[in-house]
Amino acid sequence: MKAKWVFCLFLVWGLIGCRAGPSGDAASDAPAGGRRRTELTVFAAASLTDAFNELAATFAAQNPGVQVVFNFAGSSQLAAQLREGVPADLFASANTTQMQAVIEAGRVAAGTDVLFVSNRLTVIVPADNPANIHALTDLAQPGVQLILAVAGVPVRAYTDEIVATMPAEFQQRFYANLVSEEDNVRQVAAKIALGEADAGIVYTSDVTPDLARRVQQIPIPAAQNVIAAYPIAPLADAPHPELAQRFLDFILSPAAQAVLARWGFAPPPANENP
Amino acid sequence: MALFLVIPFIALIWRAATLEGALALNQLPIISAVTLSLGTTAIAVVLMVILGTPLAYILSRHRFPLQRLITVFVELPIVMPPVVAGLALLSAFGRRGLVGIPLAHLNITIPFTLAAVVLAQLFVASPFYIRAAQSRFDSLPREYEDAAAVDGASRWAIFWRVMLPQSARALLTGLIVGWARALGEFGATMLFAGNLQGRTQTMPLLVYGALEQDLRVTFVTALILLALAVLAFTLTRWLAGISPPDGDTPTFLG
Repeated sequence: MKAKWVFCLFLVWGLIGCRAGPSGDAASDAPAGGRRRTELTVFAAASLTDAFNELAATFAAQNPGVQVVFNFAGSSQLAAQLREGVPADLFASANTTQMQAVIEAGRVAAGTDVLFVSNRLTVIVPADNPANIHALTDLAQPGVQLILAVAGVPVRAYTDEIVATMPAEFQQRFYANLVSEEDNVRQVAAKIALGEADAGIVYTSDVTPDLARRVQQIPIPAAQNVIAAYPIAPLADAPHPELAQRFLDFILSPAAQAVLARWGFAPPPANENP
Repeated sequence: MALFLVIPFIALIWRAATLEGALALNQLPIISAVTLSLGTTAIAVVLMVILGTPLAYILSRHRFPLQRLITVFVELPIVMPPVVAGLALLSAFGRRGLVGIPLAHLNITIPFTLAAVVLAQLFVASPFYIRAAQSRFDSLPREYEDAAAVDGASRWAIFWRVMLPQSARALLTGLIVGWARALGEFGATMLFAGNLQGRTQTMPLLVYGALEQDLRVTFVTALILLALAVLAFTLTRWLAGISPPDGDTPTFLG
């Protein structure tokens, strides 16, 4: 009987705790300058992780009381979450397809997205290159354990685009070597860095200084490579629309573009709406 | 609290039932995930019983050094986050792993294969079975074995003819619980076995993966998993209900 009461007490305590949670969040929506921090929620492609983390620190320093909170994942996963109504202020996608999906779902107003950066693909292999890979064409050699991102993730779409220009026999053997489809590009990079597979295809920007110590890059010739264009847009129902716009403007600023360049990104193909 | 526990299930079923075009969906990934899940869990369960039963028996009937420590390791996967289990498996059986390096010399690679799926399932599920088996063996009086020994039964015969029949129901319950856990294995599989349709993509991985591609596939697969969980639950309940209970004096010992 006593145990029952103790249990009830815990239950009530739990419920009070739950109530306190959301009200606390609501208070954090107060305008910047207040005692509480304003949290700007940015959904960003996994490939942007390092660059955006650095930019967020700069942005937060320039905007006291503001904290940028990221949700880094495969763009397709982020798009799925946004379509399901998860609240966010900004969405930075690694391709226009996933941005388009969010626009069609009504979460981003058409025409508000801007291309802010571009990227290229590269083959990576573990530092000791166990499968002895020296060119894109080697990826179709029998026995090569290949890891790609799963269909729907932008890097996979770009990869498929490159592979589609190759001979049919290469395509068939290339996909036959696939051993795992990861849900974002950083997972591909991580598994190659761990040496669990022979090769993967990621963005050149994914080969961060840390990763560069553990993998080798096998460049894909410019003629075969594709340009990955990244769009960013504020959500139509952003909790902090003004701040979202300020972050977007900041990303497009020369200072932020310099940071992005340092993390291996190239300028956008054309600085206008896609 | 009851509502909190019930509502998600109702919501899941309601959401699945109201999805448009659920019948016209691409069934191929679902079929291959269901086949793969049932196949791999079947192998995992067989290994779990073959290797787990003797271990449970030894832990129950013999006293030896490091026994407590082994018990801890046997039960650790129950409380351990599956993703940590995946990392541990990768550290052991990965290509750069403790066991993986010698295996690589034999041209055996485990990660991203069916074997990895089974190992992940075995790792997280077998503790449930071993624990059930061990506690049942513990509850059997030693007199049974002593009596059988007096009658001239060999140790193997004692185990096979006395202990096993006495524990069949508990073992079966443990097996079903272990199977259900293996079927739901996600974290370790994701990390250690990867994700490839028809090769390593089990049902839980499909539920997660299809979320961003085809919601219908996600919900249909989730419902299949839910149905299998209900089946497992019903079976264990039924086993607990059938008579005579394990505790009764066995008839064949007179």
